Amino acid sequence: MKAGTNLEKVLESGMFAVTAEAGPPKGTGAAVIQRKGELLRYCCDAINVTDNQTAIVRMSSLASCVLLKQGGVDPVLQIVCRDRNRLAIQSDVLGAAAVGIGNILCLSGDHQKFGNHPNTKNVFDIDSIHLIQTLKMMRDEKKFLCGEDISGEVPLFIGAAANPYADPFEFRVVRLAKKVKAGADFIQTQAVYDMDKFAKWMEMITDRGLEKQVHILAGVIPIKSAGMARYMRDYVPGVSVPDEVVTRMEEAKNPKEEGARIVIDIIEQLKEIPGVHGIHIMAVGWEDIVPEIVEKAGLLPRPVL
Amino acid sequence: MKTITEQKPLEEVMQPLEKCERVYLIGCGTCATLLHTGGKSEVLEMKDKLEEAGKKVTGWMVIPTACDELTREALRENAKDIEAADAVLVMTCAFGVQTVTLYIDKPVYPALNTLFIGKEESPGCFTEVCMQCGNCVLVQTAGICPLVRCPKSLLNGPCGGSEGGKCEISPDTDCAWQKIYDRLEALGQLDKLEEIQPLRDWSTTYGGGPRKIIIS
Ligand code: SF4
Ligand code: SF4
Repeated sequence: MKAGTNLEKVLESGMFAVTAEAGPPKGTGAAVIQRKGELLRYCCDAINVTDNQTAIVRMSSLASCVLLKQGGVDPVLQIVCRDRNRLAIQSDVLGAAAVGIGNILCLSGDHQKFGNHPNTKNVFDIDSIHLIQTLKMMRDEKKFLCGEDISGEVPLFIGAAANPYADPFEFRVVRLAKKVKAGADFIQTQAVYDMDKFAKWMEMITDRGLEKQVHILAGVIPIKSAGMARYMRDYVPGVSVPDEVVTRMEEAKNPKEEGARIVIDIIEQLKEIPGVHGIHIMAVGWEDIVPEIVEKAGLLPRPVL
Repeated sequence: MKTITEQKPLEEVMQPLEKCERVYLIGCGTCATLLHTGGKSEVLEMKDKLEEAGKKVTGWMVIPTACDELTREALRENAKDIEAADAVLVMTCAFGVQTVTLYIDKPVYPALNTLFIGKEESPGCFTEVCMQCGNCVLVQTAGICPLVRCPKSLLNGPCGGSEGGKCEISPDTDCAWQKIYDRLEALGQLDKLEEIQPLRDWSTTYGGGPRKIIIS
């Protein structure tokens, strides 16, 4: 075991893992994140907290993860490279380790242009692949990037993202391989809707044997309304929502039910794809639907390890 | 290669001149002329605007290359008119402004924003291709700079936001890393993208005070 987190235990035991995402509040209410933890803890193995997602300021991921941890949840700390340099990042990692947060997801971060502080200066001192390397070095060599020693253990289970739908398609598996080489233990993918493309991507991964070196969690996003489907199709960078999904949502009598059904169908298919080790549900702003999705997808109860 | 400038809004230009009655105007015959931001005609236009605003323009000149050492001579030759002014308004890039500042004791104000060192891609279209980082990585990136051309300055791109050759920040911006990919593919060097590019040493770039070099 590298960190001994619940997520690591579930994945290492070979079980199909379930994680979800919780967006922290645009404010100071600890109860907001605690309530999400309470809601999700019985249906997920770990909960991700986003780090100023889409460049909109929210409660810090680290503080939110502490709150979740206190509530008995295994948190996944997301860190983006947009807002912090290598000093700040390494210092946050030490803090996370000190409070027993073991899962960290390494991301580049959405560009600030679309956030609520478009006039800010981005950092991007290091990129997401460097971030993975940094965490691996801190954990395995107990050294900072500068080469100095770290006192104490840094038990980490290192995560990274992958987007099978970005271009160039052929490069996507290469990029994943680079992340694995850098030290990723698990991967969360961008939301899957187009199953054929995803299956093809997974095939390229299994051809390289990468699924044996890293745990792949396929991302899913439940869509609440036809408007949201269109918005995601047209405006959210990196997300690819096929027209059929938009049509299905437009024609649905009860869009919320339909949105949940679409995701459950997708999960059923994902379970059958070789090399997929779990799912990651990103229902930011609609976390209430997660327990129902997990239950109807036949993934309850979650293992107690 | 040109220093790309744009005129500041008139209101902003006027603001520091509020308490000045007499102004001397300087333009530049090189980049600012080409960009139509500080050539002769723009200097004369500014003269009219200042006069409309009730200022007296004690004189003006367009220095052939304002960032050059010869600027000192030009300032000396026009010392009388400059002396008569309360402030000097400089319609050149920031290199020119700071050259003028070196040799004049009066307040020197810029009328332009200096945007970037640009390359003329097609007539009238200037783009940024290098930010003078001091540690060039073009060897790994097929001659296309990821530091300026990728909005995240990624060294291991393309990121998950690259779609149809365009960058996630705008459909008008090409994804630099798609371009790098295409060129490496054409050169038969795609294997370069399998290597992880190491963390960057930014100390050559900025944040360490002014960069300086002495050639003996
Ligand atoms: S890497 Fe880019 S910014 Fe740096 S010197 Fe080369 S072209 Fe210029
Ligand atoms: S889409 Fe391309 S250019 Fe834009 S941030 Fe990502 S890698 Fe950089």
